[in-house]
Amino acid sequence: MTTPDYRLTQLETLEAESIHVIREVAAELERPVLLFSGGKDSIVMLELARKAFAPARIPFPVMHVDTGLNFPDVLEFRDKRVAELGVQLIVASVPEAMAAGLVKEEPNGSRNRIQTPVLLDAVEQHGFTALFGGARRDEDKARAKERVFSFRDEFGQWDPKNQRPELWDLYNGRIHLGESIRVFPLSNWTELDVWQYIARDEIAIPPLYLAEEREVVERQGMLYAVNEFIRPREGEQPFRETVRYRTVGDANLTAAVRSRARTVEEVIAEIAVTRMTERGATRGDDKVSDAAMEDRKKEGYF
Amino acid sequence: MSAPIDVHSAAAEQAHDIAVARKDILRIATAGSVDDGKSTLIGRLLFDSKAVFEDQYEAVERASAGGDYVNLALLTDGLRAEREQGITIDVAYRYFATPRRTFILADTPGHVQYTRNMVTGASTADLAIVLVDARKGLVEQSRRHAFLASLLRVPHLVVAVNKMDLVDWSEEVYERIRDEFTAFTTKLSIPDLTVVPISALHGDNVVLRSANTPWYEGPSLLHHLEHVHVASDRNLVDTRFPVQYVIRPQSDAHHDYRGYAGTVASGVLRAGDEVLVLPSGLTTTIAGIDGPRGPVEEAFAPMSVTVRLADDLDVSRGDLICRPGNVPQATQDLDALVCWMTDEPLRPRQRLVVKHTTRTVRAMVKELTYRLDVNTLHRDLEAGELGLNDIGRVRLRTTQPLFTDDYNRNRVTGRFILVDESTNATVGAGMLPPHR
Repeated sequence: MTTPDYRLTQLETLEAESIHVIREVAAELERPVLLFSGGKDSIVMLELARKAFAPARIPFPVMHVDTGLNFPDVLEFRDKRVAELGVQLIVASVPEAMAAGLVKEEPNGSRNRIQTPVLLDAVEQHGFTALFGGARRDEDKARAKERVFSFRDEFGQWDPKNQRPELWDLYNGRIHLGESIRVFPLSNWTELDVWQYIARDEIAIPPLYLAEEREVVERQGMLYAVNEFIRPREGEQPFRETVRYRTVGDANLTAAVRSRARTVEEVIAEIAVTRMTERGATRGDDKVSDAAMEDRKKEGYF
Repeated sequence: MSAPIDVHSAAAEQAHDIAVARKDILRIATAGSVDDGKSTLIGRLLFDSKAVFEDQYEAVERASAGGDYVNLALLTDGLRAEREQGITIDVAYRYFATPRRTFILADTPGHVQYTRNMVTGASTADLAIVLVDARKGLVEQSRRHAFLASLLRVPHLVVAVNKMDLVDWSEEVYERIRDEFTAFTTKLSIPDLTVVPISALHGDNVVLRSANTPWYEGPSLLHHLEHVHVASDRNLVDTRFPVQYVIRPQSDAHHDYRGYAGTVASGVLRAGDEVLVLPSGLTTTIAGIDGPRGPVEEAFAPMSVTVRLADDLDVSRGDLICRPGNVPQATQDLDALVCWMTDEPLRPRQRLVVKHTTRTVRAMVKELTYRLDVNTLHRDLEAGELGLNDIGRVRLRTTQPLFTDDYNRNRVTGRFILVDESTNATVGAGMLPPHR
């Protein structure tokens, strides 16, 4: 008789850990919401939430902080996925908040920072006590320090020097009125894990993530697809190039990478050998300073 | 701007193999005193295993401009205050992989708030690395780190004797530290101890064996991390399934579905098994087990599954499913080793909240039996309180029973956290030692 192996693969281990986290939040916190943008990390997060409660429905709504600068492809994907799962979608709109005078457009055109007050406003309006985010610790030095259950004060602020100790998988979700917990079920995943999980379970993704010939311009060493948010500037010559996206942030700021990967398997092969982080390769706005992410997080950003 | 990646080059194929061959995860906690070179060692492990990307490396290069060498410690000390003070403030988690394994590394600071942070980092670890400065030898902190690893039941301990380049690669120095450490750990329960002489700064014996230590016959640090056997560290004997969440779809398609979701703490659950539910004490059989991708025949730790029972029992979050012949202890009296994690001291008569598996109950401190000096292991029976970073033996009385095992035997059902009801802060970590 052979002894069974009783070992999980890496993806199975990460999956089990994330499902544990998601269920713990649903059991202990009153009004959770899952931040869903239609990007690959939040797609995986939504899929894990589906698995955590199947065959029942996901017992909380999803929310998208819409900057008004999203790739149309991604919004279409968002709406389709939400409809399939029968979950409620809440959209917190940055353009609406600008119209109402809550926030002002920043001179560099990035809506990264002004997303935060819009998010916090929506959290307050709906009385959310827990917010699931798709952030991973491998993304940034500041994120490497973040807890799975990350306590935020009534202003949504993160205090890296005063975090709750997080022991074993015994998460502390107790809060006072107005405070909230940011929850990161994908904390221990890497970009490669996310892609391998998408491949393993054949999870649908927006077509933007796969290589295709697109019209692009080169700007500060990065390739930006020409779309309604990116118009060639003086002196820029648009050209056709086979590119894909590693992250999908705002369409005016997210760059594409040259790629031949037309399938998820091919994307994995590329990710396995790339020497650049996904943010370094595609995000213009993270280069502001060495501690840009830490500074934004302290203000309440994810 | 880079050209498209050639995924068919030799380097690419090797990297791809790393990506697809990964089978299991090793969780590591590192500990070291200030200036022992821990951040440098981690930077070296990340850098040499190619877990550092070009854009990250360039940022570190920019930040360390002016020094004689690229300061790899900057790869890990990422917060503003850490750079200002040149210290590590809090536990950070890092990721790297080799063809054999994936590593999750909890980088715990050796600074003032040592105990609480190391306990946090070690709580999930399979292996702990304690760094020792070869010039200083075994110092108080090294003993404390080893003791904490043993307290937390980290099954494997590695002592990395660092800065061997600064003691002229002396075999004698290495052996003295190794022997002293081995002698000390005989007082602790450390099932597996490995000692490696290294130079984190220059990379000797970190990834590859070094020519500078011809007298050393053991593996490089990374080789050891890749090969250490952890599969047998788990408890597959005592079936424990704390119920985390009850799933009732209340839909037409699944009208009668009632599932008990949770993470298997230990042991194995199989469809058809006779089980006992605590606290009710009722028995039934497992009708089926649903995993993330559909029904499974059996479930073991740390799988997250949903268990369906043959009979309609009243089961809710905080209950525990086990086997009738192997039941945990149901108790309202916890006699535990507690690590205290906050400024406001722990005192007798204090009221706290205990979170144990999926069960949360209120408790009162009945007695502080002793405070342990983590450096000498001396027990102070006269102590009136536990301060920040203190460890002591505490008796707690809970308002409701908890279903417990010794932490030695079961790391899941033998542990708990303490929460302050007024501030909601996590103030302590507890482990249940064997009853004597």
